[in-house]
Amino acid sequence: MNIDGYIKALLESLLMISISGVLSILFGFFVAIILVYTKEKGLRPKPSLYNALDFIINVFRSFPFIILMFLLFPLSRFIVGTSIGTVAAIVPLTIAATPFAARIIEGSLDTVDPGIIEAAKSFGAKNSQIIFKVMLVEALPNLVQGITNIFINIVGYSAMAGIIGGGGLGAVAINYGYYRWEDTIMFIIVIMIFLVVQIIQSIGNQIYKILVR
Amino acid sequence: MIEITNLVKQYKELSVIKDVSFTIEKGEIFGIVGRSGVGKSTLLRCINALEPVNSGDILIDGVSIRSLDDDGVRNLRKKVSMIFQNFNLLNQKSALENVTLPMEIWGYDKKVLRARAEELLDLVGLKDKYNSKPRSLSGGEKQRVAIARALALDPEILLCDEATSALDPNTTKEILALLKKINRELGLTLVVVTHQMEVVKDICQRVAVMEGGKVSALGKVEDLFLNPAKSLKKLIGEDELEILPRGINIRIFFTKEYSNQTIITNMSKDLSVDFSIVWGKLENFSGNVLGSLVINVNPEDKEKIEQYLIGRGLNVEVISHEY
Repeated sequence: MNIDGYIKALLESLLMISISGVLSILFGFFVAIILVYTKEKGLRPKPSLYNALDFIINVFRSFPFIILMFLLFPLSRFIVGTSIGTVAAIVPLTIAATPFAARIIEGSLDTVDPGIIEAAKSFGAKNSQIIFKVMLVEALPNLVQGITNIFINIVGYSAMAGIIGGGGLGAVAINYGYYRWEDTIMFIIVIMIFLVVQIIQSIGNQIYKILVR
Repeated sequence: MIEITNLVKQYKELSVIKDVSFTIEKGEIFGIVGRSGVGKSTLLRCINALEPVNSGDILIDGVSIRSLDDDGVRNLRKKVSMIFQNFNLLNQKSALENVTLPMEIWGYDKKVLRARAEELLDLVGLKDKYNSKPRSLSGGEKQRVAIARALALDPEILLCDEATSALDPNTTKEILALLKKINRELGLTLVVVTHQMEVVKDICQRVAVMEGGKVSALGKVEDLFLNPAKSLKKLIGEDELEILPRGINIRIFFTKEYSNQTIITNMSKDLSVDFSIVWGKLENFSGNVLGSLVINVNPEDKEKIEQYLIGRGLNVEVISHEY
């Protein structure tokens, strides 16, 4: 395999990771905000909704990612017209990562001191303002760490997507490294995935440092 | 004016406030004291509707807090602001940003925000700390930022929830001085919840003592301290009286008219009796020196001394100590 092959695989991986990362964080935010609103001590407690959502998240998180991907083949075909390839892998990646993202973001928002939320109420903030102008601001360093974790998690998932024709670094590792016993290719791919993880982690750490300064 | 009538607050089965009624006048500094867990902080949170009430009512300038919808509650909170024991500042924002936040939320013009916040930080004595994050401020400075933030929306009432309990004694004095200044210069009504007697003595004009969800004593601070109601006595914990010597002890309460007079030495001369002074305490109530003194007397002089003191308009209490 030549260098262009590696670069193509890397770009495919980065495409999958970034698109499904951004989408799952967006959806995760949405779900997390509902969780924060409806939980027992939340801004507008609604235990039935909270418990239902909580249950669904746990169900999705219980599926091994590989199984979830197979199950989501029809959905991928429906949304992007095919169940094979880099773009098709984005659908299951996003769906698998969203419940994880929701939990991570919910956890970050939960770290905000309830006293600060009470203070915001005491000067007349609306619930939406408490979420966006107080909780998100206060939880930001924590959120950055959480988002870093979400991306790294997706790197892992995206490599697995290679098994069922997802493209990217994972596919190369499976098809050349594993099925053909080409140890050098396997080694190079592992190093590349490691570097991707390392770079994401460093960017996360840098942003965190700036925020807590 | 805050009128609290027959207020009841329950958490499920547990009654936290049981039928409490009193009125806080405009412009006064009103204290609510009691041990922790007697419902004083909950009562305070009922005033700005952070806690819903179960029955009874609170009228603020004649408006019932129970009649308010969501927007009504928000408008109420614009008028009734609050400071807290743990300051509750946003850690990610600078002092200035913390003060501008309420104004931002209320949609004030961006141009006036900053000027107003700077003005308030100057007022609380933090002229050189505009851009400091709470992390780099001392406890006293954090509370000053919180006070500036609480003043941002031009409130009429300031609720103080154990505002000095996390501060050392000197810082406590400074913060109390600042609160007094705010009361005096801006005419704010202050409702001060505390378990610290020094705070009550230093700044409050009237006080309600709470015990088990009820008000057990209510009145002017100096009256309550000079002639303490049982509940207050428990709270102050006057263990000193246990060390009094045997025999007849007479406790004399000095009100402000007497605290500068030489009543004790006069009595000694007038009645030519001997006694020993066994206990005494002078206290400063918002600038008035008041106090009480315990003298140990011979049993045969007891009547004479009592009558002499009562004749001069002093409050006395005979404490017999038998072992």
